[in-house]
Amino acid sequence: MKKLLTVAATVALASAMSVSALAADKLKVGFIYIGPPGDHGWTYQHDQGRLAVEAKLGSQVETVFVENVPEGPDAERTITRLARQGTGLIFTTSFGYMDPTLKVASKFPDVKFEHATGYKRADNVSTYSSRFYEGRYVIGQIAAKMSKSGTAGYIASFPIPEVVRGINSFLLGAQSVNPDFKLKVVWVNSWFDPGKEADAAKVLISQGADIITQHTDSTAAVQVAEEQGVYAFGQASDMSAFGPKSVLTSIIDDWSAYYIDRTEAVLNGTWESTDTFGGMGDEMVGMGAFENMPADVKAMAEATTAAITSGDLHPFTGPIYKQDGSLAAGEGEVIDLGVLLGMDWYVQGVDDKL
Amino acid sequence: MQLILEKRAQASHFMHFASPLLAISLTVLLGGVIFSAMGQPPLTALYIYFVDPLTSLWAIEEVLVKAAPLVLIGVGLSITFRANVWNIGAEGQLTAGAILGAIIPIFFAQWQSPLALITMLALGMLGGAMLAAIPALLKTRFGVNEILTSLMLVYVAQLLLDWIIRGPWKDPHGYNFPKSVAFDGWHLIPTYGDGRVHMGLIIALLAALILYWLMTRTIKGFEVRVIGSAPRAGAFAGFSQTKMVWFCFLLSGALAGLAGIIEVAGPIGQLQPHISPNYGFTAIIVAFLGRLNPIGVIFAGLLLAISYIGGEGVQIELGISDKTAQVFQGMLLFFILMCDTLIHYRVRLLKPQGGAL
Repeated sequence: MKKLLTVAATVALASAMSVSALAADKLKVGFIYIGPPGDHGWTYQHDQGRLAVEAKLGSQVETVFVENVPEGPDAERTITRLARQGTGLIFTTSFGYMDPTLKVASKFPDVKFEHATGYKRADNVSTYSSRFYEGRYVIGQIAAKMSKSGTAGYIASFPIPEVVRGINSFLLGAQSVNPDFKLKVVWVNSWFDPGKEADAAKVLISQGADIITQHTDSTAAVQVAEEQGVYAFGQASDMSAFGPKSVLTSIIDDWSAYYIDRTEAVLNGTWESTDTFGGMGDEMVGMGAFENMPADVKAMAEATTAAITSGDLHPFTGPIYKQDGSLAAGEGEVIDLGVLLGMDWYVQGVDDKL
Repeated sequence: MQLILEKRAQASHFMHFASPLLAISLTVLLGGVIFSAMGQPPLTALYIYFVDPLTSLWAIEEVLVKAAPLVLIGVGLSITFRANVWNIGAEGQLTAGAILGAIIPIFFAQWQSPLALITMLALGMLGGAMLAAIPALLKTRFGVNEILTSLMLVYVAQLLLDWIIRGPWKDPHGYNFPKSVAFDGWHLIPTYGDGRVHMGLIIALLAALILYWLMTRTIKGFEVRVIGSAPRAGAFAGFSQTKMVWFCFLLSGALAGLAGIIEVAGPIGQLQPHISPNYGFTAIIVAFLGRLNPIGVIFAGLLLAISYIGGEGVQIELGISDKTAQVFQGMLLFFILMCDTLIHYRVRLLKPQGGAL
């Protein structure tokens, strides 16, 4: 009996080992999400990127994700857990994961980390972000053409440079069409809070905005715009299904190519710490279909998109005035990358204070 | 036919201690049912949820890190609830403590000595106690319901933190990102080993032991129990209800504030808009699960910590939504309250009187 047990145990052990040996051959790629993949916005697009990695490299990688991870002490534990479980490459997809990512990275030098939208790097930590502001310039132009009141409403999350940059780019685009265009901003202090986002949309509409745009992750604002008969833009993913009559276009984050590229780099052993800030030219930012607008507006939007993609047009080309009236960039001058990355001021015409 | 609750003449002493265990068992049982309804193997899921967090040193350390603030806040609340004083705003007091304590690292970054850390902890307690003093004052002076005032002050404290960290207390070199400077040196709580276990755990255990001693060996503890179970008897004995409200709020507020400063000076390491995943509210469950007994709270805090870590585990291993952990915590509180009710009351069916069918 005892012998039988030993044999059984050996067999069990051997089969367990062969299973883990098989699993060890695959690179484990982990994703930390700020919201649920079902937000149809920011996290949804990152999850699309994850699925693209699986579709392309499914035979060599295994992916895992954790959703709704708060940007606090829990983030460090969650990232540590993934690193401990043999995950070789970890994408942390929100700004607030910056310091936790670096802390964990220093304890796991063999694991590669990729942090979205941050500015701190290490030998095993890369950062990546998109020039979302390029899309905002295009929708700003469309907004100025389509608005009757000459005022748009902007639902914003946190006053960090990425968001402020988007607000400024939107308004610069709008002012290139209508120099008197005005912008109202409501801060909801959250990346994903459908209730607050919907309330903010209602407030902005009641204050005279007839175009709603957002830097938050849910589809709530689009749905409110659809109900109240005003125009809106999709954020992060194509939201036209949520506002068939209201959505003019969407700014689409496309992480698929970047995620596949970085995963392949780890598989080939060529991964290095990098800082990526890709835009339309790199296919990291794309525009949805231009709908619900006359042909001339559509032609303008397509031309602007093409000009930004080719590099002929930079949204932050002067003359640009700050809110206080001082000159930020002279005629023909382009605001340099360092200023863009730390942007903490509004351009003229924003009806809000930072 | 009608159901009524009838008070039992004598509540079973055995059941008093058995009811948390019964509640836990019922939670596990129903949890298994929920897992299988979600198409997951119930035994595997329960194993990952409740046992796996205890099988590696790292996970145990993380459970302890999670349990420290829950126990610290929970012991304060256990005394408070025992005295029939309802401080629901520990989350806000935690925030206030973190804000006040962070003055040292943010404005006196050069002051590096053990005394700086002690001052931070003291300021943290002061901050929590100050915020808790508001509902105490409103209750004793104007008779305002302390449940509402303490709860609403949570939002006040959180919005205050949000405002200062986006404005005056923001790291000047942080690209406008809403974070304070990173604390360092003596502005951080000492940690033990390679992981994140910190001195806050020891402080929490000490607080539990001291409050256990207070409740069982001192007049004050007797006073708490008398006022809690028979306010009129307490009044005849010369115990002041007003002083009791103040005592409870200042004590539980100070402990919540201490937990707050320990969190920012420990696992987080800087002040930021989100510092607590609702520890102040979860500690209410901890206090009740621990039978409003400071020693019981230690075990309850550990159990709740396991439910957080385990909830994350099932999410990663089985791909179940993160809401599972919240469902488990909700079930746990529900079953505890149900078991408690059934210890003190029995359910009886009333036959309809006189009515003919």
